[in-house]
Amino acid sequence: MSQKVLLNATEVKIALHRLACQLIENHDTFNNTALIGIQPRGVYLAERLKEILEKEYKLKNVQLGYLDITFYRDDFRRGDKTLEANKTSIDFTVEDKNIVFIDDVLYTGRSIRSALTAIQSFGRPLEIELLTLIDRRFSRHLPIQPDYRGRQVDAIGDEKVRVCWREQDGEDAVYLVNS
Amino acid sequence: MSELSVNHLLGIKYISEADIELIFETADHFKEVINRSIKKVPSLRDITIANLFFENSTRTRLSFELAEKRLSADVINFSAASSSLKKGETLIDTVNNILSMKVDMVVMRHPNPGAGVFLAKHINASIINAGDGAHEHPTQALLDCYSIRERLGDVAGKKVVIVGDILHSRVALSNIFALQKLGAEIKVCGPKTLLPKYIGEIGVGVEPDLRAALEWCDVANMLRVQNERMDISYFPTTREYTQQFGVNKKLLDSLNKEIVVMHPGPINRGVEITSDVADSKQSIILDQVQNGVAIRMAVLYLLASKIKHNED
Repeated sequence: MSQKVLLNATEVKIALHRLACQLIENHDTFNNTALIGIQPRGVYLAERLKEILEKEYKLKNVQLGYLDITFYRDDFRRGDKTLEANKTSIDFTVEDKNIVFIDDVLYTGRSIRSALTAIQSFGRPLEIELLTLIDRRFSRHLPIQPDYRGRQVDAIGDEKVRVCWREQDGEDAVYLVNS
Repeated sequence: MSELSVNHLLGIKYISEADIELIFETADHFKEVINRSIKKVPSLRDITIANLFFENSTRTRLSFELAEKRLSADVINFSAASSSLKKGETLIDTVNNILSMKVDMVVMRHPNPGAGVFLAKHINASIINAGDGAHEHPTQALLDCYSIRERLGDVAGKKVVIVGDILHSRVALSNIFALQKLGAEIKVCGPKTLLPKYIGEIGVGVEPDLRAALEWCDVANMLRVQNERMDISYFPTTREYTQQFGVNKKLLDSLNKEIVVMHPGPINRGVEITSDVADSKQSIILDQVQNGVAIRMAVLYLLASKIKHNED
């Protein structure tokens, strides 16, 4: 197994700040906008963006929810393992809001397809955008593209993109792992 | 541990503590789902479930049907009263006929103990026991323990007394197995004629005095007097039963602590418990009913995920 650094801690920091600024360009004061972190790995990115928006750009009360898509996935009973759920917590209404889905890696697009179905259980958002830290190009199974991306990556078949977060993995970094 | 160790839920006896914990964790997520404005998820959309009720049921059947529908499964219902059983068809024939219509899972209630185990050996579908005679009623025990966990934080170390007709009760037996696996202490309380002889051998204490039992416990699970299963007279009169083993508000208030009161339903109001107890804040009877749907969704989801797609 070999791995290559795609983004180091500094580059992750720069990417996060750029993404935060792009969000502000489109959503101004976040009055009618809510961030939704996709469980499990999108949550760290969403929390980090909320922190940057509130601490460094002085936005007040950026709404953040967590959405688990397990029960909406299209590969139920297709794999070897039981799909294990995570917590969903959306304590605001999404009706008529601008929603930004946040996930670490966009690969086949199937998770986002599931998330689009899942969010409907909480109301009818005005519009939904997608933000991902890593966009794996040329690997989509569905016509889904990000509105905001940290870095675009060309990864082939058995290569994996691994995103590490300080809170969980002890460092901020993105690796391309060749197995 | 992310999947069940079994392919059927035939009784609590056959599953492990880890299985129970996994069911509880999954039920936590489904409980959140059923409190949304849209209470339905598409997980089981390609699964067909037959509810076979060879014995009467209201609550369990509604609860299972609701759980199945909230998971988007296709559901067919069967009740013995209007079936060919009356014409002499055997259980295996009846079920095989239903399965030939491409059914993936069977939820069955049957008056004979072991009916689910028998069926699991002979047919190729995932079986959930929704009560087999006086044997087991596993989903009831799971939802009871889940409700205790929800109210008291944990089941381990809690003292639970099961009051009433233990002899005829599948709820009692399944509850005893589940509570023991989760580390609770159990006593039973009731007329001697309604306590099974072997009860001491499975590690359950007997407390003949209701007041002493209630003083001892954290949770009292009040069972229904099952008149329909009593072929002979087990106690002189209902009035006498109520005087000795019925819980009323006065008795509850006179205890030196606040205990939790449970009942699997249907309640004989004024017999096992009075209305003011059933409706008091110490009672978690309606929580049990709500948790029943979440628990059954978890069981269905976890068992369905073991039916592989390519075996269809």
